[in-house]
Amino acid sequence: MRFTVGRESDERDAGRLRLWPAAIGAEVNLGDRLFRILTAAFAALIVLMLAAMAIQMTRASALSLSRFGFGFLVGTDWDPVRESFGALPFIYGTIASSLLALIIAVPISLAIAIYLSELSAAPVRRSLGFVVELLAAIPSVVFGLWGVFVLAPLLRDRIEPALVPFFGGTANGFDLLAAAIILAIMILPTISSVSRDVMAAVPKSQREGALALGATRWETVRVAVLPSARSGIVGAIILGLGRALGETMAVTMVIGNRGEISLSILDPSYSMAAVIANEYTEATGELHLAALSEITLLLFIVTLALNAAARFLVWRVARLPGEKNRL
Amino acid sequence: MNSYLGRKTIDIVARSACLAALLVAIVPLAGVLFYLGAKGISGLSWGLFTELPKPVGEPGGGFANAIVGTVILVAIACSVSLPVGVFAGVYLAEFGGNRFAKAVRFSADVLSGVPSIAVGVFAYTIFVLSMRRFSALAGGFALSIIMLPTITRTTEELIKLVPDSLREAGLALGIPKWRVIISVVLRTGAPGITTGIMLAVARAAGETAPLLFTALNNRYWSLDPIKPIASLPVQIYTYAISPFDDWHRQAWAAALVLVAMVLVLNILARLITYQRGGER
Amino acid sequence: MISLAETGPKPAAAPAALPRHERQMIANGRTADEHKMLAENLHAWFGNTEALKGISFPILRNRVTAIIGPSGCGKSTLIRCYNRMHEVVANARIEGRVLLDGVDIYARGIDPVLVRRRVGMVFQKPNPFPTMSIRDNVLAGLRLNGVRPRYADELVEKALQQAALWEEVKDVLDRSGCSLSGGQQQRLCIARALALEPEVLLMDEPCSALDPIATAKVEELIHELGERYTIVIVTHNMQQAARVSHYTAFLYLGELVEYNLTDTLFTKPNNQRTEEYITGRFG
Repeated sequence: MRFTVGRESDERDAGRLRLWPAAIGAEVNLGDRLFRILTAAFAALIVLMLAAMAIQMTRASALSLSRFGFGFLVGTDWDPVRESFGALPFIYGTIASSLLALIIAVPISLAIAIYLSELSAAPVRRSLGFVVELLAAIPSVVFGLWGVFVLAPLLRDRIEPALVPFFGGTANGFDLLAAAIILAIMILPTISSVSRDVMAAVPKSQREGALALGATRWETVRVAVLPSARSGIVGAIILGLGRALGETMAVTMVIGNRGEISLSILDPSYSMAAVIANEYTEATGELHLAALSEITLLLFIVTLALNAAARFLVWRVARLPGEKNRL
Repeated sequence: MNSYLGRKTIDIVARSACLAALLVAIVPLAGVLFYLGAKGISGLSWGLFTELPKPVGEPGGGFANAIVGTVILVAIACSVSLPVGVFAGVYLAEFGGNRFAKAVRFSADVLSGVPSIAVGVFAYTIFVLSMRRFSALAGGFALSIIMLPTITRTTEELIKLVPDSLREAGLALGIPKWRVIISVVLRTGAPGITTGIMLAVARAAGETAPLLFTALNNRYWSLDPIKPIASLPVQIYTYAISPFDDWHRQAWAAALVLVAMVLVLNILARLITYQRGGER
Repeated sequence: MISLAETGPKPAAAPAALPRHERQMIANGRTADEHKMLAENLHAWFGNTEALKGISFPILRNRVTAIIGPSGCGKSTLIRCYNRMHEVVANARIEGRVLLDGVDIYARGIDPVLVRRRVGMVFQKPNPFPTMSIRDNVLAGLRLNGVRPRYADELVEKALQQAALWEEVKDVLDRSGCSLSGGQQQRLCIARALALEPEVLLMDEPCSALDPIATAKVEELIHELGERYTIVIVTHNMQQAARVSHYTAFLYLGELVEYNLTDTLFTKPNNQRTEEYITGRFG
């Protein structure tokens, strides 16, 4: 590459920059192009990672997929010794504990979201919001620990004896109810902080319109805020559901880990994530490993779909928690 | 329409219910923190930070190796997820108007919702199956996938907040665009990005599920990335489900240490952004 | 802004007196032959909107050229075409030629980065780099281009002196550039541009975000710099154009209505529309 030097100034610092390329060609913007390609390659890694996950899990579960087919989803027998695998008890346990968790967490989360976004003063909002988010920062194994040594005994000795007459089962503390309570605590920050953001995104003018008509605070929330925020709130709930379905440690530690379907919330149960966590390292048979992989694949697909749906719903009004860390 | 009094009553009841819900949510947090404090502090001893675990059932010993192991695992995770996440975020913010960028954003969001246990299985199939051994590397890789979406999206958001006038100022000085992005834009967004990274680190440090069948656990000192390694979360889990009282005590102490680490990271991270908010 | 309608079309005195031969040449219908830059049939678009519709006029060496016109006339777009900043905006594109010392800066293979090193720019709102000290702001253009200045201290002092900021900041060079007042920030931005020793300095409404006192300082600065640099200044303030420039171009709806000696344009404009504009009848 030839350069022609601009002025007499090449002795000076600025002069060192004044090189006018006489050659015309590929050097132009080379740095920028390389930079763009480099960053795009890194960005592509994220897509590749997701694709690789899908492929790896499908491959790992191929054996089970071909052996059991659809029957895997409805089979209730899980016996590594006889190599008979049906995932229904785990699917049931996962869905039951997650839905129960939603029943507990949704009303509380929404009330918190309403309080934080509509009813409280700014300093209260800030500090309490912070506290709720700290709840989200506590590792799930710590919740599990608390569940094992505090919640489960409490349920067993104080609460469940009173519930047995209504729900059947036995008061042992390690059961569906314990799992649901722990899950509810864990998804509460997610649902409430996303809902709060969704509500905060409702234009001020809508609230003022209602207030100006003489509506009380609560009526304003009901009439002006909740309807506009509805789809975003649904998104937040779905997001919470996704978290609950995939939550592993805390559930594994308190759900009782018994692979039988019982309609009582006071009976031990088992979840998909829990069976993976408990058996994956110990699985020796290829088919056993494949069956566990298929459960993972199921979990992966379901949470994928839920997150895609939540993203769609929430994005129309506000942002997902991942982006919320701005300022 | 109800009478004024009736409406006023409903208003007060509803508002009180919301406040009550908030208190209800704080109860478990307070409960967890209380028990952590009560059981954790009484279980703490200097030996926990300096000694290795004792053989099964034998009282005493500590989890020094698990603390170091967690640090190593997070360091491995950062070495992958920091460059990938930050540069991917830069791409999304600076060149991200196309369909490819939309796909990347979508993948990042969806990836952040993938259960951590599934990430562990993925890392297992990639590393453990091919290397035929559990390793710190596999565990770090799993954690990096968990950190990646947060870092990417935070970086993107914060870079987008940097005003265009600064980009133009840089370009008008004859600085190539890539250099403007690195030295002006990234530098301006650095405090916020650091916050995002610290939150991601805090989350990764507390993850257990992805480590169960990647990093596994190790009763001995190990700094070797291709050997199994101990970590605080896995140690807590192992001790919590064991039948030994002394291990339960250690589990609480370890949980206290872990939560302290995670909370300090969280609070520090937020302080950085508040401080910056104050300057402006 | 003070409208000329209040003060009448009376022009402010032209800045530094132009040499007589240059005046004579203009009077004879020629332009001075020292073209530093030259726009030739320049068209610019944002998407489908044509912002400039075939502009041609010269920028003379070591003279101050003002570009005036009502808002939306394309004057900011035009000035951004002189250092290829127009194309930074998405969907922006350009046709025609802009010559710098006779070389078309839009020719294939010309790196816009190199153009911008020779043609510096100061923006409407002061935009010092917030993460850098005053000193680093001045050196940013060199450092981020990979040059380790050999005489950094001299360079900083010289640039800040040229920007008439040295006396005010010489003791606080390590403070953030954003700690300065608006007018000081703008002069810091000028110093930052001058540190690269540009041949042409473009100023896009450099005073519109400043108070009158700061404006006076910056104008005085333009005055001084005009003797050594080729300056192009966009302004919506006609008085300012009259105060600081030797030549003025009047743009209206993306077209060049008149290009003339500043005092001629403000006293005996050739064009009906120019006259209407400077007397405040429209715009």
